[in-house]
Amino acid sequence: MTAASATNEPARAGASLAGPSDYVALLKPRVMSLVVFTALAAMIVAPGGLHPVLAVVALLCIAVGAGAAGALNQWYDSDIDAVMTRTRARPIPAGRIGRQEALEFGTTLAAFSVFTMTFAVGYVAAMLLAVTIAFYVFVYTMWLKRLTVQNIVIGGAAGALPPVIGWAAVTGEALSPLPWLLFLIIFLWTPPHFWALALAGNEDYARAKVPMLPVVKGSRATRNQIVFYTLLLAASAAAPYALDLAGPVYGVTALIGSAGFLAFALLLWRAPQDAERTAALRVFAYSIAYLFALFTALATEKLIGFAP
Amino acid sequence: MTMTPEEKKKQKQRNWALAALLAGFVVLVYVVTVVKLGANVMNRPL
Repeated sequence: MTAASATNEPARAGASLAGPSDYVALLKPRVMSLVVFTALAAMIVAPGGLHPVLAVVALLCIAVGAGAAGALNQWYDSDIDAVMTRTRARPIPAGRIGRQEALEFGTTLAAFSVFTMTFAVGYVAAMLLAVTIAFYVFVYTMWLKRLTVQNIVIGGAAGALPPVIGWAAVTGEALSPLPWLLFLIIFLWTPPHFWALALAGNEDYARAKVPMLPVVKGSRATRNQIVFYTLLLAASAAAPYALDLAGPVYGVTALIGSAGFLAFALLLWRAPQDAERTAALRVFAYSIAYLFALFTALATEKLIGFAP
Repeated sequence: MTMTPEEKKKQKQRNWALAALLAGFVVLVYVVTVVKLGANVMNRPL
């Protein structure tokens, strides 16, 4: 994208029709909810204690930091969003918020979230939050997304870091194995999750010239990769229990959940072409429930005293 | 530049939202400060 592609700027700055809800939409609240939830689960399972007020502030910082990254992503990708059916109603392509406003909004929120995290919780969590935002904006959005078919595989690291941030907020360190296993689970979960969505909206990505796997390599290769990553995901999801870092509630949830994920992935793998979209959307929907279930089980068994 | 009634209404909404956010941030910094100081909040020479 060229820096000059300032499409859809409001004709008269200051006379915008943007309401507060448009700014909330810039934060990608649905993505934010998953980020906050995985961070919260890690904060619950982390050893030690954090004052509840500081824990809430830490979660708020993670939410705002993720939202800031989402706003900066929409600032940079407004040209892509404008041609994709799924995203063209977003505030920037719809003309309700200008690109410059979105850039300033995202940058300000990013700075505030990192500063507040440093002040309230500590520099380890704050640095991880800053790295997460920077990785999402500079590495994924600006560099990989338009460059390589591996965009969401590598870029998924940004979405996988929140449990590590949550853990660091409580413990002050980020070198324990469990938060990094949680990172690995989300990292390996991201490709099948997004490729299922990409299969369902293949024409959208093709029109936007985003090199998503189904656009570049086709449907069959994408389905193969979804099954491959689902197998890796199942193995990584079992690891916390196998390594005695999580208890039986988590272990059973991971076993059943992964079996279900694999079943949906195989159904997609076998689906005839005319049923591909439906099967892909099922994988996408299941993947969200799966991640929620894993992290809920992990947090719940800690709360009820079943964790090792 | 004259704003339409709708633009004025949205501007007012944005201003109120920004005011609420700033006030919220002030309260947040105050509360975090008190929590971090803990019992020491009253511990200062007179």
